[in-house]
Amino acid sequence: MRNLLRWETALVFLLIVVALTGQVSTDGSFLSGGNLFYLGLDIGEIALIALPLTLVIVAGEIDLSVASVLGLSSALIGWLWNAGWPLETILPTVVVAGALCGAFNGLLITRLGLPSLAVTIGTLALYRGLALVVLGDTAVADFPASYTAFGTTPVPGTNIPYPIVLAAVLAVLFGIALHASSFGRSVYAIGANEEGARFSGIRVKRIKLTLFVLAGAVAAIAGIVYTFRFSSARADNGVGLELAVVAAVLLGGVSIFGGKGSLFGVLAGVLLLGGLRNLLILQDTSTEVLTIVTGLLLLVSVLAPSVTRRVGSLRKATP
Amino acid sequence: MNTRLVLALVVSGAVALTACGGTTKDSAGQQTGGATNAAKADPNAALKEGLKITFLPKQVNNPYFTVAQKGAESAGTAIKAEVKATGPSDAAASSQVTYINTAAQQKQDALVISANDANAVAPALKSARGQGLKVVTFDSDAAPDARDVFINQATSQEIAAGQVKLISQAIGGSGEIAILSATPNATNQNAWIEVMKAELAKPEYSGLKLVETAYGNDEDQTSFQKTQGLLQAHPNLKGIVSPTTVGVAAAARYLSSSEYKGKVQLTGLGTPNQMRKFVQDGTVKDFMLWDPSKLGHLAAYAAAALASGQITGAQGEKFKAGDLGEYTIGAKGEIVLGPPTVFNKDNIEKFDF
Repeated sequence: MRNLLRWETALVFLLIVVALTGQVSTDGSFLSGGNLFYLGLDIGEIALIALPLTLVIVAGEIDLSVASVLGLSSALIGWLWNAGWPLETILPTVVVAGALCGAFNGLLITRLGLPSLAVTIGTLALYRGLALVVLGDTAVADFPASYTAFGTTPVPGTNIPYPIVLAAVLAVLFGIALHASSFGRSVYAIGANEEGARFSGIRVKRIKLTLFVLAGAVAAIAGIVYTFRFSSARADNGVGLELAVVAAVLLGGVSIFGGKGSLFGVLAGVLLLGGLRNLLILQDTSTEVLTIVTGLLLLVSVLAPSVTRRVGSLRKATP
Repeated sequence: MNTRLVLALVVSGAVALTACGGTTKDSAGQQTGGATNAAKADPNAALKEGLKITFLPKQVNNPYFTVAQKGAESAGTAIKAEVKATGPSDAAASSQVTYINTAAQQKQDALVISANDANAVAPALKSARGQGLKVVTFDSDAAPDARDVFINQATSQEIAAGQVKLISQAIGGSGEIAILSATPNATNQNAWIEVMKAELAKPEYSGLKLVETAYGNDEDQTSFQKTQGLLQAHPNLKGIVSPTTVGVAAAARYLSSSEYKGKVQLTGLGTPNQMRKFVQDGTVKDFMLWDPSKLGHLAAYAAAALASGQITGAQGEKFKAGDLGEYTIGAKGEIVLGPPTVFNKDNIEKFDF
């Protein structure tokens, strides 16, 4: 736990460094309200999906189908909207559909004992394919402004985008679930030692299934946010987003092997990746450099936490 | 049961957050379109110096847009404006939005953009306009109420009539011709084919006879085979018109390696890099396309004219675009670049895209 806290301290330190250098190098426009609003919009979906994915990865599993669930939910919104459904019915329906996608992942993994990496690579393609079947390559864009404003305007009187408010509310719920409930302690136990967890009476399969259902439902919510933010329902929305989310979770100090990590670290990771990207674009960094920096950060995100952990355990071993 | 509680809590919370009211497609009503311009245009206003213009293509490292960018930059040099090119490496519908927001954040004077998705960029463009940026779309338009003007590469009339004229010249004014199109339901292709048929009905083209319209589906292999099919089905065929870059290149490849080389003429819409060797080996005399460099050049001038208050985007306003001459804004804020450029062995070396 001490080592983990240390990594999170490092993340916060890095965040401050990025914020300060950004502020100085852009003459104060980096931390201006307007730019923070755009930054918030850009990381909204990633922050949302990272919440349940943190729990999934802490439990020693992975879900790579989240971005495809986002695309499928976007396609469903467009299709049902064209069919004349009211948005008030569409949105809950879409969240339920996302939960079902997650349940399908979870059932294959828990009931058939298949590895989550293989299953969710399969459903990554499957759900994206379904999205294309539902909506084809067309875009639905005639949503009412009262809804798209949710993704394009800040909360009145502030510079806070609505998706960030939504993510904050869900972050509190997920934070309580992971860090302050017996459910959360079971998740850590499963990730640290699944066999041991099972023998100590934890209902491993049920908990894992719950985590995948949550990942699917929240990915669908992210799909709603994405659709309204771009006022465009498309089957190819969010292609490749799963990699950004996994990168943020790992950068946040969650071990890819399970059992370790905190939601606070993940939120710092999301902010750091998004902030750096925003700053580089603001400074007119070329796309090539941007891709390289993102790639290097991915590597750092996997290497750094395990290095700090190893250094920490070395210290413990040699008193 | 703790598990179920957590699940219920999170999902119901999410649903509660998203639900409110009763909005369907029908009740939503029509969103009002059309750019509103409170300001009056001052045609005599001088172009401001030191304007900051962001050039945002569909994606960077795409040869077509690199040429357009050079055109915009040369316009920037001519009018002492700073033209800055930026953009995403992928052409996904939403990846331009970050760059639009950044341009607004950097307080640029104008944004020149070719939209990946007419609607996905619209909210960000509207927000940018709200912050004082002038928005010019080129090549691929955004929703009309999200931009000030659109630079259209050429009208359907000019594109289609131009190709009929080229094939008529190539085959000496009489003989059988065929069209090799893309897909049967491609909107722009069908519009052009309609215009071509109307042109062919004119007395000056009375010697030309359209015998077949084939569809190569914009696939290289299919277009190649369809060319072969056309030549076998119509032994007297004198010329082929292919108004698609994929089709014209495939047809040229077939002709250049067959007995028909030089006997059956070919023209259409192609890029100089694709067509260069077929022009050099004599398979193709002339083909056409708009010049992306001029497109970028005009777009940058339009951006500067908007930012300087010379024009507001209303129909009928005029502005000067350097060497390209004077342009008038048409209906719906559209500015047409002009007749497409004809490429042949005399000028093809000057183009690289």
